[in-house]
Amino acid sequence: MAKKLKKVDAVILGSGWAGGIIGAELAKKGYKVVALERGGSQKVEDFVGGKDELRFSQRYALMQDLSKETMTSRSTEDEEALPVRNNKDALIGTDTGGSGVHWNGVNFRYRPYDFEIRSQTVERYGEVKIPKGMTLQDWGITYDELEPYYDKYEKMAGISGEVNPVGPKRSEDYPNPPSIDTPSIRLFKDASKKLGYHPYQIPTANVTEQYTNPDGETINACVYCAFCETYGCHFGAKADPIVTVLATAKKTGNYELRNHAYVTRVLYDGSKATGLLYTDTQTGMAYEQPADVVILAGFTFPNTRLLLLSKIGRPYNPKTGEGVIGKNFTGHFSNINYLGARGFFDDKKFNNFAGAGALGATFDDFAADDFDHKDLNFLHGFEVQHQTTGFRPIEYNFVPKGTPTWGEEFKDKSLFYTNRNLYVNALTGTLPWTHNYMDLDPTYTDFNGDPLLRITNRYTDQDRNLIRYAIDICKKIMTEMGADSVEADEVPDDVEFNNSYTTGHFAGGVIMGDDPQTSAVNSYQQMWDVDNLFVAGASSFPHFGNYNPTETVGALAYRTAEGIDTFLKNGGQLVKTKTASL
Amino acid sequence: MADTDKHKKEPHQTDHSRRNFLKNSGMVAGGVVGGSLLGGLFMRERDEKHKTKPSGTKHETSFQEARIFFTREEDFKALEAATERIYPKDKNGPGAIELGVPFFIDKQLAGDWGINARDYRKGPFKAYDYNDPAQVKSDDAAEPHPRGGQGQGKESTDSIMRDQSLLNRREIFIEGVRTLNDASQKQHKTTYDQLEKDQQIDILKTFENGEVEMKSVPSQAFFSLLRQATIEGAYADPLYGGNKDMEGWKMKEFPGAYPSYLGKIDKDEFFKPQPVALKDSQQH
Ligand SMILES: Cc1cc2nc3c(=O)[nH]c(=O)nc-3n(C[C@H](O)[C@H](O)[C@H](O)COP(=O)(O)OP(=O)(O)OC[C@H]3O[C@@H](n4cnc5c(N)ncnc54)[C@H](O)[C@@H]3O)c2cc1C
Ligand code: SF4
Repeated sequence: MAKKLKKVDAVILGSGWAGGIIGAELAKKGYKVVALERGGSQKVEDFVGGKDELRFSQRYALMQDLSKETMTSRSTEDEEALPVRNNKDALIGTDTGGSGVHWNGVNFRYRPYDFEIRSQTVERYGEVKIPKGMTLQDWGITYDELEPYYDKYEKMAGISGEVNPVGPKRSEDYPNPPSIDTPSIRLFKDASKKLGYHPYQIPTANVTEQYTNPDGETINACVYCAFCETYGCHFGAKADPIVTVLATAKKTGNYELRNHAYVTRVLYDGSKATGLLYTDTQTGMAYEQPADVVILAGFTFPNTRLLLLSKIGRPYNPKTGEGVIGKNFTGHFSNINYLGARGFFDDKKFNNFAGAGALGATFDDFAADDFDHKDLNFLHGFEVQHQTTGFRPIEYNFVPKGTPTWGEEFKDKSLFYTNRNLYVNALTGTLPWTHNYMDLDPTYTDFNGDPLLRITNRYTDQDRNLIRYAIDICKKIMTEMGADSVEADEVPDDVEFNNSYTTGHFAGGVIMGDDPQTSAVNSYQQMWDVDNLFVAGASSFPHFGNYNPTETVGALAYRTAEGIDTFLKNGGQLVKTKTASL
Repeated sequence: MADTDKHKKEPHQTDHSRRNFLKNSGMVAGGVVGGSLLGGLFMRERDEKHKTKPSGTKHETSFQEARIFFTREEDFKALEAATERIYPKDKNGPGAIELGVPFFIDKQLAGDWGINARDYRKGPFKAYDYNDPAQVKSDDAAEPHPRGGQGQGKESTDSIMRDQSLLNRREIFIEGVRTLNDASQKQHKTTYDQLEKDQQIDILKTFENGEVEMKSVPSQAFFSLLRQATIEGAYADPLYGGNKDMEGWKMKEFPGAYPSYLGKIDKDEFFKPQPVALKDSQQH
């Protein structure tokens, strides 16, 4: 029997960006909040002296402990899904701060088109442009409605950037100046401009000047140390939940974070969520934490899985297309969205070992629907970027094609080209299909004996055509940058999902919208079926835009916190359904 | 050439960049971090210690250079020879053996990596049948990742087989090095380490191409594990027993745990400081 604890106003699963923002906002308003985090405690001091590539990039010290739980994965429904057994294919956060600790810090707002993707596509190209099986849908919110929350998020995280010359309108500039220009970034920008594009510095959470945010939290200035992506910041210079929202929440005295608290169920009485059930993984004891409002902010996979395990909402059925929980799985995948062209320079040397998680430049001339798709065989778009995250020596050993992958020639060329190669890549959007979804695995279980989440994900010509178009642009840029040889990534006709989850960009399963028939949550991430249950994070995205997700996750979290405040005062659904208002 | 000159000026430049760093990061202004954090930001006074030791001299006795995992010397010798073929000594500098890579791998296998402690290890596992051509099809698994970090993860049949195998890395390594010796005995009637360089290379290629019969996993799965571990041993922080004297980093012109690139990263000039190891970047 689980031990029942004292009821609080709100219980939150997760201490990442989504859970951290909501926790801080509610605690600031005086609500009593308990946050349950499966991972251990973590603070900036843990990252001091941690520039250890083997430990953090190869042995994945900050990533989810897969021995307890993982997911299973396959391409199609007729295959048997196999478990993702090693972190090399699963970069998923755990411990205080979640993935927000070891992220790169690239920050983009989604485009207005993304939020109204179905209506705008139909309006511009007609219904016929949407292929059969593509479950495109509007988000139930517009860019203009979300803009104030984007602004709030950027100020909290001290985002450093310059205005995108072809971006959507903003109420204010970024709170901090853009990151530094490097020789290779200058090359990229010059080449892009020459070809008629509009490059600008990537907006970054590697904060460029010491900054104190509106909550009074100070973030230091980034020193471009290059141990950023998959590392916690040694200097307290990368905006992460620890140095921002979790510190704010703690200061209120209203927020309690419990580590080693592994949530196993949402407690549900048939009409409302009554709390969360969790296991203390240090003692093995089970606890019930009752609350007036329950918030799931455990990331796309746990959010979806816990609803399915707790039998909340209607599970998605890929055969009939009915149901919603598990629907519209999308993401950025390493072998179909994150590709481009590499250039090798015989007589030019770059400081490739230096960098920062989000240091680089990009252009948005092909973002979302900002170019005409009438005669193109795909929808949506991409950004083109040149990022200098820092080449760490185990991971980065690029050699020109045709070079053996080991032995004398490999050693010689990999040493020679380490500081003589650059990469320009695209990041493309991913649209949802009836056949890409999540459900519970029939075979494999976690450490508690509960079924793992199963992911089914198949690429389509939409994906292949889009990335090929994007790679072509990358290749042109790299050629213009003056590389002696340019190698474009290849996308074979039979390229299939590699069952690898390395980007941290995964979405869907608990998607938002304006219609309870086709969505699980409203634009406050409040469940249509359960008024006091909020599910926050990229699990709400009905599709994946071409940009990194977190700024949109953060903006939605601010809106959700506002909604929860209203709910705690007035109760009920915060959004009138489309069907109800008809 | 110019690089060597820069080297000499390094201690001075470091002082300068420290001040710059403190100024730019706002830490002098008494930011949020305390003294212990600040202490960790810089390497300890190491220049004196290191300067006097000319590079290329013989190492002092290293008590860590003994086996902790491999029990049979013949197995370890095969491992040594194979890593040296993957990362050979050449005009650039030392090879795997001199860098301590075999001892690095031995230590890694003895630890939690060797027993896949952080991996999902619940069954059912995939049975592996060497006679099923679909399971042993050769591919390009050993190629480097197309992009590091988030873009990594080029999956292929062999590593899927490896991951789904009931065997852990220790068991795969043991079978792998023994199979190296078996193949060598069969073809040349001697152990792998005794072969000519070219013979060693040829045998490794048959592993890479999945042409060798192994019971546990396809031979290319063992090969790509071996290749990866060798590269790790060449370039991981020397605290793990490889990358001896940071010679791997020096060849790669990688500054290690260097604290800050402010004042350098925006310049056209190539920056080549003495690398910094964790021993000097952590405070004790
Ligand atoms: C290497 C890497 C680099 C990235 N870089 C970028 C980038 O540059 N830009 C960008 O926009 N995005 C980036 N991302 C993605 C970004 O990190 C995520 O979008 C973001 O952190 C998600 O926040 P979240 O709060 O939704 O989830 P998380 O940060 O994953 O937080 C969820 C928390 O819930 C906890 N939890 C989960 N299940 C349970 C359970 N059952 N019980 C208790 N606790 C549980 C987890 O331990 C975790 O701490 C990156 C991701 C990775 C992996
Ligand atoms: S690159 Fe900058 S933000 Fe990233 S870890 Fe280093 S100092 Fe911190």
